[in-house]
Amino acid sequence: MSGVAEWFRWLNSAHGINLSIFYDGFDQRRFVTGIETTLGLSLACVAASFALGVLGAWLQGSKSRLVRASVRCYVEFFRNTPPLIQLLFFYFGIGALLPTFPDGSAGGQPLVSNLGWAIVSLSLFAGAHNVEIFRSGIEAVPRAMREAAEALGHTRFQIFRLIVFPMAFRISLPAFNNNLVNLVKTTTLAYAIAVPELLYASAQIWSESFNVKEMMNVLLLVYLALIAVVVWGMGWLERRLRIPGYSV
Amino acid sequence: MRALVDTPSPSAALECRWLGAISAVLLALFPLSVALAQATVRPGSESILSGVLRWLPLVFSGFLFNLLVSVLSMALGTALGVILGFGLIARGTSARIASLGAMQFFRNAPWLVLLFYAMFLIPYQVTVFGWSIPFPDWIKAVIGLALPVMANVAEIVRGGVLSIPAGQWESARGLALNRRQILWLVIVPQAVRRMIPPWMNLYATLAMATPLISIVGVQDALTMTRSALVAEGRPELFLPMYLALLVMFFSFCYPVALATRTLERHLDAQT
Repeated sequence: MSGVAEWFRWLNSAHGINLSIFYDGFDQRRFVTGIETTLGLSLACVAASFALGVLGAWLQGSKSRLVRASVRCYVEFFRNTPPLIQLLFFYFGIGALLPTFPDGSAGGQPLVSNLGWAIVSLSLFAGAHNVEIFRSGIEAVPRAMREAAEALGHTRFQIFRLIVFPMAFRISLPAFNNNLVNLVKTTTLAYAIAVPELLYASAQIWSESFNVKEMMNVLLLVYLALIAVVVWGMGWLERRLRIPGYSV
Repeated sequence: MRALVDTPSPSAALECRWLGAISAVLLALFPLSVALAQATVRPGSESILSGVLRWLPLVFSGFLFNLLVSVLSMALGTALGVILGFGLIARGTSARIASLGAMQFFRNAPWLVLLFYAMFLIPYQVTVFGWSIPFPDWIKAVIGLALPVMANVAEIVRGGVLSIPAGQWESARGLALNRRQILWLVIVPQAVRRMIPPWMNLYATLAMATPLISIVGVQDALTMTRSALVAEGRPELFLPMYLALLVMFFSFCYPVALATRTLERHLDAQT
């Protein structure tokens, strides 16, 4: 390991290419923490937004007009407003109304941390897109399937869980994958409320080590690699879940 | 153009009802938030509503600047994206691979990271033949936002051109048109119609991405809101002020989304 560090130190002194994350332990830890935070944030948001998407798609098939209208309002509101302002709205607007716990510091410990608000807000944003994606997948499932399931005596929930959703999910996978990629990219917004994710960590490093150019390029490469992994993984899932002989 | 003179289809009427219903809910949400915030105000201090109203004109002028940035970025991104898009369908292998690489790169990088990239790496002025062209921050932001738009437009152009059936190419070739003539006279006029809905979607996405420029220090609606909140120093104003900002964006982006959907349905009905 020290050989690698030595080489990057040499690269800095000989060519002025300062990749401090490879030889400076402090910067390296910050950067690794940034990657971990971005991964954790992404995974939490993927899970929560998936759940929201399924729930919303299920509720949109409800008999009650009020339920359908509320889901529609949620979807349209979150799809048509800037995610950054949503994040600040939750963090500052709603966060300011919630009580704080005294922990000895001046303001006290807030009920929900900034990472918590980032998860809530980004999940609601991506979840709204997922509702729409799953809804169109559900509409693409042939009517006859549902009728056949009804004829077999399944309840509405059984039909959704056993027949309609498994097929709709496969149909909507390409759009869902796109949304996942967008979600991973949108985690950079957490920078605005000082969540120490990858962009925030890099900005701290470049403002202290004066290596804006180098860190920018590293940052872009890391994000492209991260997204390549997501695209590749979801492509694998898409192939694994493909229904042989069934195309939409 | 036919879409403009057609009588509205029942689904378009349905969309209009939704527009009404959702706007009503939003309009109800705002006074609710003001009332909620008012409940937490200490007696004797100024009411929430007058506090919000004082800053609203300033925030709205910032919002108009956001729209200006979105229009300029869209124009620049579309111009560059069309060129890149034709690179993607070029016959030369090297041109195609280079365009594909650029497209994938700018499409998959986070918008905010590209914006940082443009802000830090574009010089504040460029000298060409003794002329110095200044690049103020907001122009750099326009360029930074235009980069991902360019890549997405390129993908839309490629998708649109490829969606035209091969029979059109073959019959045009049968009429002895050369490749340029085929593209300009036969393929592009048909493809443009299919490109408009995804292009409008992209515009809505861009309009919603413009508040990012406040993170890199350009003064937009979000900056105005935050400075207003700092100037007031009253946490109870946060909720209504941010909600007002959300409503401004919503009342612009939602009609765009509805128009896109209506247009899509018209195109689907025709093919």
